[in-house]
Amino acid sequence: MDSIIEGFSKAFFLILNLDQELLSIIFLSLEVSGTALIIATTLGLPLGALTGLKKFPGRGFIISLLNTFMGLPPVVVGLFLYLLLSRRGPIGFMSLLYTPSAMIIAQLILAFPIVAALSHSAIVKIEPLIKQASLTLGATPFQVTTTVMKEARYGIMAGIIASLGRVMAEVGAILIVGGNIAGYTRVMTTTIALETDKGNFELALALGIILLTISFIINMVLYLIQRKGVLQTGK
Amino acid sequence: MNLTLVVSRICKSFNAKPVLKDCSFSFEKSGTYVLMGPNGSGKSTFFRICALLEEPDAGEVRYFSGTEIVKKDVQLRRRITLLLPRVGVFNTTVSKNVSYGLRIRRTKGIEINEKVDKALEFVGLTHKRNQNALTLSSGETQRIGIARAIVLEPEILFLDEPTASVDQENTAAIEDIILRMKGKGSSIVIIATHDMPQAERLADRLLIMKDGRIVST
Repeated sequence: MDSIIEGFSKAFFLILNLDQELLSIIFLSLEVSGTALIIATTLGLPLGALTGLKKFPGRGFIISLLNTFMGLPPVVVGLFLYLLLSRRGPIGFMSLLYTPSAMIIAQLILAFPIVAALSHSAIVKIEPLIKQASLTLGATPFQVTTTVMKEARYGIMAGIIASLGRVMAEVGAILIVGGNIAGYTRVMTTTIALETDKGNFELALALGIILLTISFIINMVLYLIQRKGVLQTGK
Repeated sequence: MNLTLVVSRICKSFNAKPVLKDCSFSFEKSGTYVLMGPNGSGKSTFFRICALLEEPDAGEVRYFSGTEIVKKDVQLRRRITLLLPRVGVFNTTVSKNVSYGLRIRRTKGIEINEKVDKALEFVGLTHKRNQNALTLSSGETQRIGIARAIVLEPEILFLDEPTASVDQENTAAIEDIILRMKGKGSSIVIIATHDMPQAERLADRLLIMKDGRIVST
């Protein structure tokens, strides 16, 4: 019990003193996850909109695939990506293994299906009525799409924030493809895993507290977005 | 030139079940037409095809401006409006719901405000203009739908079962709105209903739909 209390006090000391190592780890985590999320949203949102708004051959297959990939085990993603990026792999010549770029790709693979599938769900939930309403009022196909997307905004935002939560807390994939190199590819979750193994609980605890705080903020934002949607509709 | 509608021998089936069979009619004279028929007789399908939301399996829907056939594009869709039985309101204020059609037509702000004010007053929702439309009752929602349609002053207005999901009080209010609409804005108003007394109250011309056809007038 004493070691836990001591660990917490040292952790708070590191946080309050804005320890340089701690800060660099936090910033790299935010950079990797933020970049992955931006790319996942840029790609996932149009796919969610396409599957939500258009009927085309293979649509059901894509939706099923997205839903399946929402639950992808991160270590499996890490393993496949490792095989692709390693020197003997098909894209090994790009020398991406053990770089932040490889970690971004890993998190992108995890975030993309969540953004796409949850955007799709948000759109299909409101699509028929809103699409018909805008069409009957003289909207062009582009105006119909923007109207539906706007009406689905709370569900879409919830999907984006949920995927941020998933990638921020992820450890398996980025540990495999990032390598946990100090000052280069070491992020919060991989540091926690490493420092716990080494018995250095202070830094692990400090990062754990920060990760929990970030996770809490993400969930709070998610709750507020959903609440705003509910408050506006009164339902 | 006023817009007129000619429907020629349209057919439509769903899951191999015919809903419309060689259905024809010409809506050429201005006035209120009421299409009467029981639920499932094909009124909504007829409206959706006429409003260019769906394509018929066979037959043709043609719009004329004088003697000229009007091309079926967004410009034509902007001259007609269909109010569906279940109004899909946007998650925003009542006034923004009503102004939607004007905003997508890039109407000027002052003109939008004037027209929205008039439309809201016409349907008795001025006091709710800043309320979120999703918080309103079904009767009020239906009135938003009507306001959203009449603010656009469509040349042909389709009202599909406008009182199907509302209480008696709101039914009377909506019927009153429809009666007051006569001679204002739309030259042709086509209403679908399964309520005979209502059809008689509203119609300048009564049409009966039976077995997928307009059988008597």
